[in-house]
Amino acid sequence: MLIPPLDRKMFRDLWHMRGLAAAISVVMGCGIALFILSRSMLHSLELTQQTYYDRYNFADVFASIKRAPDELIDRIAKIPGVAIAERRIVVPVNLSVPGLDEPASGRLISVPDVGRPRLNQLYLRRGRWLTPRSDNEVLASEAFVDANQMEVGDTFSAVINGRMKELQIAGVVLSPEYIYEIKPGGIVPDNRHFGIFWMNEEALSLAFDMDGAFNDLSIKLMRGANVEDVIQRVDNLIEPYGGLGAFDRRDQLSHQFIDNEIEQNRNMGLFAPSIFLGVSAFLINVVMSRTINSQREQIAALKAFGYSNLEVGWHYIKSVLLIAAIALAIGIPAGAWFGWLVTGMYARLFHFPVFLFRIYPSVLLAAACVAATAAVLGAIGSVSRAVRLPPAEAMRPEPPAGFGPTILERMGIGHFVPPIALMVVRQLERHPIKTGFSTLAISLAVAVLVIGNFFQDSIDYMMNAQFHWVQRFDLSVAMTDPVSDRAMYELASMPGVMRCEPTRIVSARIRAGARNRRVGIRGIEPDSTLYGLVDMDGRETPLPPHGLLVSKKLADVLNVKVGDWVEMEVLTDKRPKRRVMIAATLKDFVGLSAYMDLEELRRIMLEGQVVNGVNMEVDPAYQDSLYRKLKETPAIATVMVKQHSIDSFNDTIAKNLGVMKRINLIFACIIAAGVVYNSARISLSERSRELATLRVIGFTRQEISSILLGELAIVTLLAIPVGLGLGTFFAWWMCTAFDQELFRFPMVVSNRTYAWASLVVIIASAVSGLLVRRSLDHLDLVAVLKSRE
Amino acid sequence: MTSTAPSVETVFTARRITKVYHMGEVDVHALRGVDLELYSGEFVVLLGPSGSGKSTLLNILGGLDVPSSGEVFYRDRQLTEFDDAALTRYRRDHVGFVFQFYNLIPSLTARENVGLITEIARNPMKPVEALELVDLGNRLDHFPAQMSGGEQQRVAIARAVAKRPDVLLCDEPTGALDVHTGILVLEAIQKINTELKTTTVVITHNAVIAEMADRVIHLSGGEITGVETNSRKRPASELNW
Ligand SMILES: Nc1ncnc2c1ncn2[C@@H]1O[C@H](COP(=O)(O)OP(=O)(O)O)[C@@H](O)[C@H]1O
Ligand SMILES: [Mg+2]
Repeated sequence: MLIPPLDRKMFRDLWHMRGLAAAISVVMGCGIALFILSRSMLHSLELTQQTYYDRYNFADVFASIKRAPDELIDRIAKIPGVAIAERRIVVPVNLSVPGLDEPASGRLISVPDVGRPRLNQLYLRRGRWLTPRSDNEVLASEAFVDANQMEVGDTFSAVINGRMKELQIAGVVLSPEYIYEIKPGGIVPDNRHFGIFWMNEEALSLAFDMDGAFNDLSIKLMRGANVEDVIQRVDNLIEPYGGLGAFDRRDQLSHQFIDNEIEQNRNMGLFAPSIFLGVSAFLINVVMSRTINSQREQIAALKAFGYSNLEVGWHYIKSVLLIAAIALAIGIPAGAWFGWLVTGMYARLFHFPVFLFRIYPSVLLAAACVAATAAVLGAIGSVSRAVRLPPAEAMRPEPPAGFGPTILERMGIGHFVPPIALMVVRQLERHPIKTGFSTLAISLAVAVLVIGNFFQDSIDYMMNAQFHWVQRFDLSVAMTDPVSDRAMYELASMPGVMRCEPTRIVSARIRAGARNRRVGIRGIEPDSTLYGLVDMDGRETPLPPHGLLVSKKLADVLNVKVGDWVEMEVLTDKRPKRRVMIAATLKDFVGLSAYMDLEELRRIMLEGQVVNGVNMEVDPAYQDSLYRKLKETPAIATVMVKQHSIDSFNDTIAKNLGVMKRINLIFACIIAAGVVYNSARISLSERSRELATLRVIGFTRQEISSILLGELAIVTLLAIPVGLGLGTFFAWWMCTAFDQELFRFPMVVSNRTYAWASLVVIIASAVSGLLVRRSLDHLDLVAVLKSRE
Repeated sequence: MTSTAPSVETVFTARRITKVYHMGEVDVHALRGVDLELYSGEFVVLLGPSGSGKSTLLNILGGLDVPSSGEVFYRDRQLTEFDDAALTRYRRDHVGFVFQFYNLIPSLTARENVGLITEIARNPMKPVEALELVDLGNRLDHFPAQMSGGEQQRVAIARAVAKRPDVLLCDEPTGALDVHTGILVLEAIQKINTELKTTTVVITHNAVIAEMADRVIHLSGGEITGVETNSRKRPASELNW
């Protein structure tokens, strides 16, 4: 015999309960797939990010300056800890792109005429590098080129120093600085209307009057350098030249988004698999208790003939390990497939030269350990009972189960309830723990569905709030430099403009004790109607007449509360420093914001009636002509059209959410069907004799299936409210876990989500109930009654 | 009690063994001081009414259970000193059990059920050999569910003897069978006893079966109430009840 008889027994026993084993393997396989997905994605992201940064020399510290003489860079390079300091010119431009009526904007970044940049190097995807000394060639970011379906050799125009200039795309590039390419202040990428372009330095410096000067610098630190110290010294050096305050990677937008994604993978890598592995451990527990109970006498015989406790225990452990192995066989390819899906999702958001999703051997090993652990944890209780079972004891049949009056009878309504219902209730009451666990397991399926949809609800809510409650304008323009508010009246007089409101945005560092953050402070008019200060609950907060209104998150990060004073250092112009009071906080969703009364901000800035941004309400009929006019207005640096942000959102994040939602749906159905099918199968096998007897004495198929399915129905119905509660709790928990500086998820679960979660689970239950009913219909009465048990 | 020839080896010696089960408030005295010796190669029937302590005694001899007090020796080794692992070892190497309800593994064929035991034995027969011994050479690949009760019990006997045990302990082997099949099973047991010289203990509450034995030990209320030696053993085939 090649296979030892005990192993044959194991295989045949497993084959006998193949439906159950398959259900468990699939649920566990989902957990494994999720585990492999998130762990491998985490490693892949980290590794891709790291290699990209290293190979292309992504800088550690960044700073913008109004205008600094070239010699300054040498002094910065001498700061202890600085390995490389590189100067460049970075300017915002307005674009006119063929095939695009609306204005687009971009950023022009200088590259040396001779040689290549040393920091933030470019990856040339297509085309060629710039011709030396050419003043009309650019390298364009791939995201922009692709979004506009442009190609190498295509041209577009940019307003350079007040004049339209035609630029030709020489090459398509990627940069470690713009893996996530988003307009400053934006929340979703809009690659059609915003692009990054690299241009020869000489041409750029001539056009922007930067000859012998620069306005942006990047620094690579030496290993072990003190970042805070370098930033401090850089700030001191650049301050006289209108330095905007140096910052490190933590404040670099693209980097923040990738780190955020890495963090999410880290969190999800723990949370999501746990649910599935927990449920599968529970299912294994149910099945193994049942199996071992029904094999008491076999166990006794094995022991009587000299099989040791260890051998008996190992026999059962092996069978659950086999289930875990099948789960791995399902989970590994599934994980790879999800990896492929998610890689596709990332490709919409993150622009890496190559993003290699790899499944790491270490992750596979960990997955195998996790699967084995879940399986063994699920089985250990009943297996140790089998191990401890004294063989002499096991020879005697188990005492009959004690049944008592049910809750219905205790309530005095027992008489009014049909006997079948009483049987159902008695059965459930007799195994309170099992009933409880089944309820919990199905409720987890409900919860998984709630969480899956919650993200959609939350983001929908967030976007609705952002696009309708906060940004009530249609269009928002930013000026290159602050201008007199007379310019605003010029805008207001353009045809189609229905309303204009001024804003003044300054970049500032807010300090409270040792903590500080760089934020944009937005000065608005107290009676502004095009910009709403609305919190997560949709409540409007009035703009305080004095002091700052800040994001609640900013207050938390700085560890301050309303009434505290902070130091606000404006990072432009005369760099005024003031102590201001935190007058109010706002529970908002996106980024770290600070608002101030426009007049007060101007007083602090020691300036007159100037603005550098205008929010506009526009008559859609005049949209096109207005766009054309705005494109030609030199003072305007960027135009943000709200509708484009909405479209772009629908094109990226919403699509990704759709994928996630489908994956989620599959998972929740698997859990629900797995659990329901499992409990139905088990009750069927535990009670086949009883049910067969009932059939023999004249109960109809209909009646006996209602006993079995009645149990399922009750458990499912109990599970739904529990699951909705649990899902809501998980959603809340995730809101707390994902409470980050970049985003906060509002805790919103729509009624549709609740209804949908309940419905899916009811359907999954019904289907698995019907499957079991089919085997109930084929119950072989004679065989069942003949077998001793 | 010392009847047979002194040359015969003693296999089991039990001294004043008692067994008390604690069932909540009440104590059940299953054995109340049993003294007993069993000899090599003999066929012993333990006869007594239901609840008299027969199974308890057999389980203790077989190392499935331990007495509450008293000593049990298997040849010169004291079973009552054995720990769990040593008892397992002892069962594996020396004891063959046959149970009232066969306790076969339903998912294994006759051959595999026997193979299960020969796997772990030191000097086993081939499973086929053991099954032929009980006249089941033609049922090798049948599953328990495909066999009659008598056939199943004979598989159980084959399983018990396949490892060539020193003692064969049978707890009401015919309890679940009709007369005809019961006799087939007893024939198989008798054949083992005579051909392999295996010390055999058979529990029954059926006095007719006692006629097969070398010695009959009467048990009642947890005590041995008498021992008789049959001058003539009757072959199982002659029995009827
Ligand atoms: N595990 C046990 N727990 C409680 N009482 C037991 C247990 N095993 C046996 N008994 C009791 O001990 C007595 C002897 O049982 P047993 O040896 O099985 O009798 P027999 O095999 O002669 O019918 C009976 O009264 C029985 O109820
Ligand atoms: Mg008995």
